[in-house]
Amino acid sequence: MLESERNLLRKDIAELCEKYGHDRAYLLPILEAVQEKYRHVSDVAMQEIADGLGIHPVEVYSVVTFYAFLSAEPKGNFIIRLCRTISCDMAGKDAIARQLENELGIGFGETTPDGRFTLEWTNCLGMCDQGPAMMVNDVVFTQLTPRKVHEIISECRKQFGPYTLQEKEAR
Amino acid sequence: MANRQGPIIFSAIEPSAGLKTALDKGRPGTIAEVRNSGLKGRGGAGFPTGVKWNLAASARGDRKFVICNADEGEPGTFKDRVLLAEYADLVFEGMTIAGYAVGAKEGILYLRGEYAYLRSHLEGVLAARRENGLLGKGILGKDDFDFDITIFMGAGAYVCGEETALIESLEGHRGEPRNRPPYPVTQGYLGCPSIVNNVETFAVTPHILAKGADWFKAVGTDRSTGSKLFSVSGDCERPGVYELPMGITVAELLEHVGGENAKAVQIGGASGHCVPRKDFSRTIAYEDVPTGGSIIVFGPGRDMLAVAKNFMEFFVEESCGQCTPCRVGNVKILECIEMLEEGRCSIEYLNEIIELCRTMQVASKCGLGQSSPNAFLSIIEHFQDEILGRVHVCR
Repeated sequence: MLESERNLLRKDIAELCEKYGHDRAYLLPILEAVQEKYRHVSDVAMQEIADGLGIHPVEVYSVVTFYAFLSAEPKGNFIIRLCRTISCDMAGKDAIARQLENELGIGFGETTPDGRFTLEWTNCLGMCDQGPAMMVNDVVFTQLTPRKVHEIISECRKQFGPYTLQEKEAR
Repeated sequence: MANRQGPIIFSAIEPSAGLKTALDKGRPGTIAEVRNSGLKGRGGAGFPTGVKWNLAASARGDRKFVICNADEGEPGTFKDRVLLAEYADLVFEGMTIAGYAVGAKEGILYLRGEYAYLRSHLEGVLAARRENGLLGKGILGKDDFDFDITIFMGAGAYVCGEETALIESLEGHRGEPRNRPPYPVTQGYLGCPSIVNNVETFAVTPHILAKGADWFKAVGTDRSTGSKLFSVSGDCERPGVYELPMGITVAELLEHVGGENAKAVQIGGASGHCVPRKDFSRTIAYEDVPTGGSIIVFGPGRDMLAVAKNFMEFFVEESCGQCTPCRVGNVKILECIEMLEEGRCSIEYLNEIIELCRTMQVASKCGLGQSSPNAFLSIIEHFQDEILGRVHVCR
């Protein structure tokens, strides 16, 4: 990690701790903010947060590893979580899973080498009446078909590359 | 509000009518009304809401909390999603009534991480309520009543739906359930008296206050008063959320949703019971088959062992790992299911695993481990012919 990156992280965490009054009870919102911006909670971040809240870094580590939406390893820009629970399973999640693997070229639990996509299983998303369902970051997609999967992934891919800025302005 | 129909929650109600009645009745009057209604917790455990409120109201403490459990993670449940998306005002009104009744100034909505997309909508509803004098200081001109609600995001853990685990999570810890007693009503969030209720429970209370306990009791059975929201999914023609009276039979419910030819119905989600076709005359109520609202319909062609396997994979993943019966037990059950799948499980071994299930039901620390063997046990009991002696098929 570059010293300048580290300083940026340190500054962000200091601001977050300040915002929540260095109160240990706000550990989760702080971790969620770090996860969102840095796509993981690194060892350095855990140490900084622990210092800011006056607790042991192991406590931070134990919380990070407990929750499915927090991770110590870097995740992709887009985290795709496909629901594997019974109703989505019966609605045909296996075909969706296969198509996701084919489109992304990775298996479940993996991140693409360019760091853009992470593919994961998740438990019930609460979309059981409209399965199969998956989340892409915070957005939920329902009644998926293999073709729809391709369209969603293509849409995500458009957010990268040199043409992104013009495209964004055109919208 | 959305155009849904039902006897209680989806019935017509004037905005704030419940809150106004509560303020007129006073604190003891409000709690008495909720107690008389016989309302029980809609999350599935079925603890009487009025009793819970009364305990918190009489508990000593300067700071008290009203916590809304919107960590809806039970497989097959999505009614809270509908309530929060379409009836958020009703839920927040219910929380405000509870705050008034128990003497709390602070409310917290614990929203599961998977519902993050609802957050901006909910913040908007809260802001509008503050503007209209329904939250904040001196609510509806009542000088001694201040109450406000904040939203707290969960981060993807099923066990946080258990109330003490939820409180641990709110305090920034791992979501591991606490030993009880002390109960949250005396020592909950930050050691203060706290009530934790389900989204649906809060959505019911404005109706009870506005229309009276007797009106509420007219629906349902003697021991399970009122209605219930059912989240219906699986092999049926019309999946979705339905509000139906407590005490409805499984067969009647299936008729509503177009699932008459079902082979079995899972009632209460992964931690609930599997009811086979021959028992479709049983009723859905706290005294017969209880449910938090999850109804999963299995059509004639479904492999019930695959269903049991899906549930056990869920529990192996979601067990918090704190107590041994749950942490190890769920893995052992899953292994047994895999043996059954391959057709190499002796009945003697199966019986041992059933014994283990009984141990888990008694010895686990929280509701997760106590109820995780339910689905496996009921499927083994009712579908033995289909499950035993399978010939191994390489896939």
